[in-house]
Amino acid sequence: MKRFTDLYGRLDATTKTSEKEALLVDYFRAVPPGDGAVAVRVLSGGRQSRAVSTALLRAWAAEVAGIPDWLVEECYAHVGDLAETLALLLPEPVASPPTAAAMEWGGLADCLRGTVDRIRAEGDEGQKRAMVEEIWRGLGPAERIVWHKFLTGGLRVGVSRTLVARALAVVAGVEPAEMLERLIAARLEGAEDYLELLDPVANTTSRRPYPFFLAAPLDEPPAGLGDVVGWQVEWKWDGVRAQLVCRGGETALWTRGEEIVGERFPEVIAAAERLPDGTVLDGELLVVRGGRQLGFDQLSKRLHRKAPTRRDTAELPVAFLAYDLLEAGGVDLRAEPLGQRRRQLETLAAALGWPVFEPPLVGDPLPSPARDSVPFLLSPLLAPADWDTVVTARTTARDRGVEGVMLKRRDGAYGVGRTRGEWWKWKIEPLEIDAVLIGAVAGHGRRAGLHTDYTFGVWHDGRLVKIANAYSGLNDEELTEIDRIIRATTLEKKGPWRGVTATLVMELAFERVAESTRHASGVAVRFPRIVRWRKDKSPAEAGTLADLRALVAPVDPGSLLPPSTHLPPTPRPISRPSERQTTFWEEGE
Amino acid sequence: MTDLLEVTDAGLYCPAGGFWVDPWRSVPRAVITHAHADHARSGCDRYLCAAPGKLVMRSRLGGRVPIDTLRYGESTTFNGVKVSLHPAGHVLGSAQVRVEHGGIVWVVSGDYKTAPDPTCAPFEPVRCDVFVTESTFGLPIYRWPAPDTIAAEINAWWRANQAEGKTSVLLAYALGKAQRLSAMVDPSIGPIHGHGAVMKLVRAYRDSGVRLPPIDAVPARAKRVGQGRALVIAPPSVAGSGWLRVFGEVAVAQASGWMTVRGIRRRRGFEKGFVVSDHADFPGLVAAVAATGARRVLVTHGSSEAFARFLRGRGLEADVLATRFTGEQPDRDDAGDAGDDDGVGSEAEPDVPGPDMSRPDDGAAVDPADRGELS
Repeated sequence: MKRFTDLYGRLDATTKTSEKEALLVDYFRAVPPGDGAVAVRVLSGGRQSRAVSTALLRAWAAEVAGIPDWLVEECYAHVGDLAETLALLLPEPVASPPTAAAMEWGGLADCLRGTVDRIRAEGDEGQKRAMVEEIWRGLGPAERIVWHKFLTGGLRVGVSRTLVARALAVVAGVEPAEMLERLIAARLEGAEDYLELLDPVANTTSRRPYPFFLAAPLDEPPAGLGDVVGWQVEWKWDGVRAQLVCRGGETALWTRGEEIVGERFPEVIAAAERLPDGTVLDGELLVVRGGRQLGFDQLSKRLHRKAPTRRDTAELPVAFLAYDLLEAGGVDLRAEPLGQRRRQLETLAAALGWPVFEPPLVGDPLPSPARDSVPFLLSPLLAPADWDTVVTARTTARDRGVEGVMLKRRDGAYGVGRTRGEWWKWKIEPLEIDAVLIGAVAGHGRRAGLHTDYTFGVWHDGRLVKIANAYSGLNDEELTEIDRIIRATTLEKKGPWRGVTATLVMELAFERVAESTRHASGVAVRFPRIVRWRKDKSPAEAGTLADLRALVAPVDPGSLLPPSTHLPPTPRPISRPSERQTTFWEEGE
Repeated sequence: MTDLLEVTDAGLYCPAGGFWVDPWRSVPRAVITHAHADHARSGCDRYLCAAPGKLVMRSRLGGRVPIDTLRYGESTTFNGVKVSLHPAGHVLGSAQVRVEHGGIVWVVSGDYKTAPDPTCAPFEPVRCDVFVTESTFGLPIYRWPAPDTIAAEINAWWRANQAEGKTSVLLAYALGKAQRLSAMVDPSIGPIHGHGAVMKLVRAYRDSGVRLPPIDAVPARAKRVGQGRALVIAPPSVAGSGWLRVFGEVAVAQASGWMTVRGIRRRRGFEKGFVVSDHADFPGLVAAVAATGARRVLVTHGSSEAFARFLRGRGLEADVLATRFTGEQPDRDDAGDAGDDDGVGSEAEPDVPGPDMSRPDDGAAVDPADRGELS
């Protein structure tokens, strides 16, 4: 445990990726395999379940520290990290090392088994508390932070899975890509798993996905990309990027977040039985109903359903829209040019009777009697005569419910990660409005203690009505300056939230505006972010609710479900709340 | 019945005595708790400070302005109001101001710390009816490690940097903390260098009789200084500047109470932080308030609202007092001390509220909770 705490502290102390990698390599070389398995799982973002609720921890810490509950909250708002707040509030340890033998303190795995797992398994709250307090008495602040994070299932380390894979690849002596594949599929439950991960001999396991190849954003019109004929042009779908892997008689559905989600989409898994063995498809998960694609919010309802009912699959049927073939007959096709892969994909689609799915424009009559529940679709190609055709097509994207167009080099291989110049995503221009900052709460992590999470409003009947919360888009200097202004212009405080005098105007961008009954303003904006601080504008010059309403996407009757068939709100997992915090899928990139 | 002290546009004012304590505008008579820029501003007609701090004050305010002094514990009267100064333990010459009139005693703490400091007289609690206390670190997460522990950490860091051939750069306030740090570290490890702003005050400290280890100025136009062995003490404003170039490869650390919180350290981009503050930590504040015996406490700068609420929970009459003092700043360490840290001198100190001011410029909205009402 000491070794891991040490690593955590050192990773925390450096911002240089090369130093982080070196620290990880040293750690992975030295760590006993049983601890290594746990460490890799944790460092690469594996989910942990919570052993004690944070509410209980806060209450216990307040009592132990002899301070009122509100002061714990005040400190948390200041520090921005609960594990750290509690670690700093608790009294100095009485003995070091603690009652170690009894708790099998020592190795990371033993420590977690001996403390966190025992506390999780304990049903009696009084007993839980006694166990937690015993450990508090024995740990210094640095160890407490890490231990609290294990206890609450919230350990995040500032390293990416790719970086962990790179370090492990150095230790094992294999290619980083190979290690990333191993890491995605690894079980990481015991010493053998760690040793298998570090096996110097490359081998393949059956249901591993390939690392996703990603597109870079295109910021300028595509005329500079050369002849349009050299590019495969497709729609950029508003779903969840996924790979379907059929090998050894089994099928696995992976999201780009490298999570297996097959059990959530049984209609796709069932239909995949017709696929020949040794097939890997790259594509997008979409809800397609009545011949039309429903919005991402509908798909996210399905993503939250771990075990969907028949009603769920009937009301929100999910399809896998294929756009690339990465493996056929057990042969890795990634080095083949895209044009070649596409021809093979089309042959496969024709053999299995998959329809091409043209995203209809809002209000367009559907071309054929809509067939529901087609679990496999083929992504259409735009086949433009020139770039102008692409430009025109892109202008229809919003009305088709897609995010823009994709440009993929026809002679390109399927690479790893994000390689500029091979695949471009050319998204539609975001919608924009000037909004007034009306409130803020302090941020977390690196933004701890600064008011960086803002609430924005626009004018309506002489008042500012809230339209969005936005966090990203400003640099550190601006954040500091705005924090100062927020403190100086605070009108009211509700817990950590400060309402402020209207003085700051920001230009916000967002992808879509929709009617909403959940928001007081009557509209909901998708993906709001800050484009720039409009120092040149006074609050009176900011936008109005009417301006925003004018941007509301036209309602497509086909995308509306009759009220009786609406799914209930997203269910909240009961026993494993940590899952709620983790975005385990990533939206189609 | 009026209060002995009240907040006016120019600062904390004693109507009965006709003087101001640490005014932020030019006034005829200023009683100064200590020489940091947010407390000692230039432009007043006449100053009063504690005798041990006179040379430090002189170095901040320039050569001509009249500075009267009192020894710690000695008193004087203004219009029948008795004023005396008592050690605050913050920096050399820092004082709490005791004001007595009509049988009522107020004490203004200025900035203070209760931890030991070899470069200044230790904090002395003074009994009073009303205590005006700072609360820069008025949250219970702030608990300072023992100075010996920190000194050992800094020494170990310095040695480890030497082993890697790096010059150690320790960022700290030019007035007070820089001198305290130089007296805390083990000078046998290697040479100690000071930034110009630090050296100016090192001289004032030495001339006041404070013993400090040998500290060398960084020569102008030097090509190479320190050779990977030295400890350089400099104000935070040098971070990332060309000034550091002469030291070759450097390891930079910040010495501040804010280094307790990882997020604050990371935001400032420092890989290393030492928890050293010249302000009281939370237990220090609580103990200091208790030792005064005051029934009424007015809390200024820092976590003033939380600390006042905490004191009310303990049965005291406690409120926030809105001042323009800034104390130690988490995001701009030079704010409270801009003049010297930038090497500009104190003349240039404008009447600008600090970044965490609890009272904005006239005309702007005021946080009602932050407004100090002395009635």
